[in-house]
Amino acid sequence: MSHPQPVLELSGLHHTYFPGTPSEQVALQGVDLSVEAGSFVVVVGVNGSGKSTLLNAIAGSVSLDRGVVRFSGRDVTDWPEHRRAAFIGRVFQNPFSGTAPHLTIAENLAIASGRGRRRGIFHWGLGAARRAALAERLDAMDLGLADRLDTPTGVLSGGERQALTLLMATIVRPALLLLDEHTAALDPRSAERVVRLTDQTVQRDSLTTLMVTHSMHQAVRLGDRLLVMHRGRIVEDFAGARKRRLRVEDLLGHFDRLRNTDLVDESAAEMLRRSYV
Amino acid sequence: MNLLIGALSVGLLLSLLTLGVFLTYRVLDRLDLTTDGSFGLGAAVAATLLAKGVHPVPATLAAAVAGWLAGAATGVVHTAFGVDTLLGGILVSTALYSVQLYIMGGGDVSLAATNTLPELAEQAWTALGGPPTVTLFGTPVSAANIAPLGMFIVLILGSMVIMERFLRTDLGMAVRATGDNPQMARALGINVGLMVTLGLVLANGLIALCGALFAQYQGFANVQVGLGIVVVGLACLIVGESLTGRRGPSRQIAGVLVGTVVFRLLMAAALRAGLDANALKLVTAVFVLLALVVPAAIERVVRRPARSRGAA
Repeated sequence: MSHPQPVLELSGLHHTYFPGTPSEQVALQGVDLSVEAGSFVVVVGVNGSGKSTLLNAIAGSVSLDRGVVRFSGRDVTDWPEHRRAAFIGRVFQNPFSGTAPHLTIAENLAIASGRGRRRGIFHWGLGAARRAALAERLDAMDLGLADRLDTPTGVLSGGERQALTLLMATIVRPALLLLDEHTAALDPRSAERVVRLTDQTVQRDSLTTLMVTHSMHQAVRLGDRLLVMHRGRIVEDFAGARKRRLRVEDLLGHFDRLRNTDLVDESAAEMLRRSYV
Repeated sequence: MNLLIGALSVGLLLSLLTLGVFLTYRVLDRLDLTTDGSFGLGAAVAATLLAKGVHPVPATLAAAVAGWLAGAATGVVHTAFGVDTLLGGILVSTALYSVQLYIMGGGDVSLAATNTLPELAEQAWTALGGPPTVTLFGTPVSAANIAPLGMFIVLILGSMVIMERFLRTDLGMAVRATGDNPQMARALGINVGLMVTLGLVLANGLIALCGALFAQYQGFANVQVGLGIVVVGLACLIVGESLTGRRGPSRQIAGVLVGTVVFRLLMAAALRAGLDANALKLVTAVFVLLALVVPAAIERVVRRPARSRGAA
């Protein structure tokens, strides 16, 4: 039986911020990972464990010191970010990052619809048919944005922006969806809404997804595989039944053990307790 | 009346400069100082070709192409060598000063004895059977004044419409997204460096075209003509925005046109009222400074609740 090609393959990723300076910080030290098509992988870890750097390294917004990134078998290590975007949809932690504030909702969506395609001057930006199609997609999200196509995104709330960014990231089906703590900056209600939308979208389109989160509840509830990152490495990989059985308490216990084995120092353990419990 | 038509004509042709400044300063969110150099370059190229006997149309087009090259130079300095666009623009603009001297073979070129676009317009007017004088609001206006104005109206409105359309195409929206949120643009597959370069090329082409028209309207080109012209463009842009607002490319481009004409009329009125012509650049610079500083100060004093964030 032939194994299907993994969507994403990482081998030996290394990255250090500000090398050779007093603020030198090792962010990735040997990350190997293979993600199969259709899997929803959740990544957790304390601040500075390298999880955001990992996402940036995959997207191409951080360049690697060493290591290889492959999409569906193709080596894209030397590709710039905008070229890798043909495969990747992204939602950032900061709700301001994902949309152009002075452009309207319709324009933002139209730009997102061009991901992975050539942008010309002969294609009319927003014809009536395209507007109708965009309104339909917005309507399906049930956020009341469908009749606000001509509103600049700068006036939207954080939750509305993240929902819109999620739609923009998936309006052209991405081979890989990257979510970088995309609900961390939202109030609990908006966060819950965006989580629900995320889950719906990923299920409906069976998207291969990599989601970084700070929330243990999200980590346990979402996804079919959970990675724990620590000091630039993946130290634990829960998949299948192990992931399904995982409870918040188990995960916290796991972080405690990490601390006991002296992988986590006292301050990090304290921070974990404060942010997760 | 002829004075008013003169101010109107200059205002119209300078709106191409403002359109270029709008494209870099507002759309790309970068102040591009290539502007001074490319305006002078356009004037130098067109004037030199005209003085050598080249027909006004190809001479003017050649000036626009020279402006594209100037914009491309700044774009390449920025994308290939990682120099920011502000410094890149200063470098290119400085280098262009020498280039202009080489092109013109000296500090200035007179166009008194050569055929120019405004004269071409006048000839076309006569050929089409236009009367030698027209009466506007009870005052006679000569064909030498009205024909160039008509030509500028057609040319400038055409450029404005093309730019407005362009900004709403897929490519145009990619340029706007690049200026508004480069992180988002990259994540959606837009080559940000290329879009910045494209914006610089288009803007400097318009600015050089403007320089070429300005030289022909004035009847001479000199190496000083572009000095500080970017500030004039900014002043016109700000006047326009105060009149039409900044929402959407259509309003903004209408603002470019209206703002430039109003600014020129204000300047003409100020000069007539006795403003020293030597103070013109000082007054313009102070005006831009106030226009940038005063609204923020008012906001601080009145303490309006924070509006939506955004730099552009």
